[in-house]
Amino acid sequence: MSELLGHFNYWIVIILMMTGFYIVIARPNLIKKIIGLFIFQTSVFILFISMAKIEGGTAPIIEEGISVYSNPLPHVLILTAIVVSLATTALGLALVVRIREAYGTINEDDIHVQDEED
Amino acid sequence: MEHLVDIVLLGLLMITGFAIVRMRSLLAAAMLTSIYSLLSASLFVVLDAVDVALTEAAIGAGISTILLLATVALTTDEEKAPRHTPLLPLVVVIATGAALIYGTLDMPHYGDPAAPIHQYVAPTYLHDTPGVIGVPNVVTSVLASYRGYDTLGEVTVIFTAGVGVMVLLGYRLRRCNITGPGIRNLIVLRVIAKLFFPLILLFALYVLLHGDYGPGGGFQAGVVFATGFILYALAFGLGNAQRLIPRKLLRIMVAVGMLIYAAVGIESMLLGGKFLEYRVLADDPVTGQRLGIMLIELGVGIAVASVVLIIYYAFVSRHCQAPEDM
Amino acid sequence: MMDTVLDVLSWIFLLGGAIFLLVGAIGALRFPDFYTRLHAVSVCDTMGAGLVLVGLMLQGGLSLVTVKLLLMFYFMMFTGPTAVHALAEAAMQSKLKPVVDEREP
Repeated sequence: MSELLGHFNYWIVIILMMTGFYIVIARPNLIKKIIGLFIFQTSVFILFISMAKIEGGTAPIIEEGISVYSNPLPHVLILTAIVVSLATTALGLALVVRIREAYGTINEDDIHVQDEED
Repeated sequence: MEHLVDIVLLGLLMITGFAIVRMRSLLAAAMLTSIYSLLSASLFVVLDAVDVALTEAAIGAGISTILLLATVALTTDEEKAPRHTPLLPLVVVIATGAALIYGTLDMPHYGDPAAPIHQYVAPTYLHDTPGVIGVPNVVTSVLASYRGYDTLGEVTVIFTAGVGVMVLLGYRLRRCNITGPGIRNLIVLRVIAKLFFPLILLFALYVLLHGDYGPGGGFQAGVVFATGFILYALAFGLGNAQRLIPRKLLRIMVAVGMLIYAAVGIESMLLGGKFLEYRVLADDPVTGQRLGIMLIELGVGIAVASVVLIIYYAFVSRHCQAPEDM
Repeated sequence: MMDTVLDVLSWIFLLGGAIFLLVGAIGALRFPDFYTRLHAVSVCDTMGAGLVLVGLMLQGGLSLVTVKLLLMFYFMMFTGPTAVHALAEAAMQSKLKPVVDEREP
């Protein structure tokens, strides 16, 4: 039982990660691919934050009378990673908009067909 | 009890993830992504990462969704069925997943206080922060002081993203003439937007200045600040929002935000310390640290708010271009 | 004694809020068209979230937490109905017809 609960978070996170990965490699739609990347990113965030958790700990804001705090270091890493995820998402979506204007489609298969015709 | 909440939230995340895979409408998929983000923000609160939760709720569920919706509006809503059978991707995904799950078996248990991750640097940060930095929120102290270089790099990434979007989506556009969204009866929306606009900006300042004591800081404050202007643009039209805070000003403000950050570093060098060594900024080292953190959080906030608004303007004003430019 | 009364009272509010949220969710799934579903969902953020917040305020007592919860309550009372109104208006605008019972009463 403890073995199951001990790794439960990590396993679910891996399933979520694979969901995102599947969308990225199996779906030809570019917006869908970016959504897949977003899901992948967010599940990595959950993995890091799960590792930072200490049983019975609390948020790392120093307060009188509290001795156990969760690990603040992954929090910092992920906080900045979320901001970077905004940057990558915005840049990716801008590329999608330009691809749509150049090719008239955001479907990867159609884009390949058009490229081969040229 | 905590475990129960954790398991329920993870279950909901899984359901949302699978729903996104199956969803053919991109609009619905974008909204589900927002829900996914909000659920993970709730999970971060359960896992004690309050600062991260605030950031995820503001950026993941807020700004990213707006950008996704803007892109869907600029392109298309329907997703064509894939041409190939998804057999090969499925095999790859299952194999990778199995390998990763095998890898977790060696990991320390969830919530184990004896895990190696909790032994090395983190205890020092937790122990030293009240005395050396003088702010109760350890995440802020690590972010802004101990790891100030990283955060400067982070702001540079944001800056680069803003420049990249400007380059891709065009900067020199004609003034946008959209006066408002396609909703006829806007009066309720406008009154509420007018009522909430100053409150959102006030809340952004609270998040910025209270970041030392509670969850919050420059990144979150910047995003909340930009959200206020996005609400204004939604209710009153992009043209009016651009009159309120023009692109030229934003372009300058991005640079000003980054310069404030870097200038604090240079200033501490001029005063005889190392780059971003805040304790030389004032006579008392702790006061110097607090002053330095406050200044760089301000710089981060200004830069993030301006970049988010620049990206939003770039996406939305793509509609306004004349067809022959496309 | 006082604590017990407050606890019981706040639990009544919390459970009441939960029931309203559940009813809203069932309505969103079961109702036939967009407008009726919207009607069901609007219960969630006024009554549902409102009662939960009142329950939490009773738990918080006279503290800064209660003030923050009060502010949230105030914002919810404005934003929820506005969002639902804007959604309904936008649906009307894009010519989505409500499902009407055509039979004679």
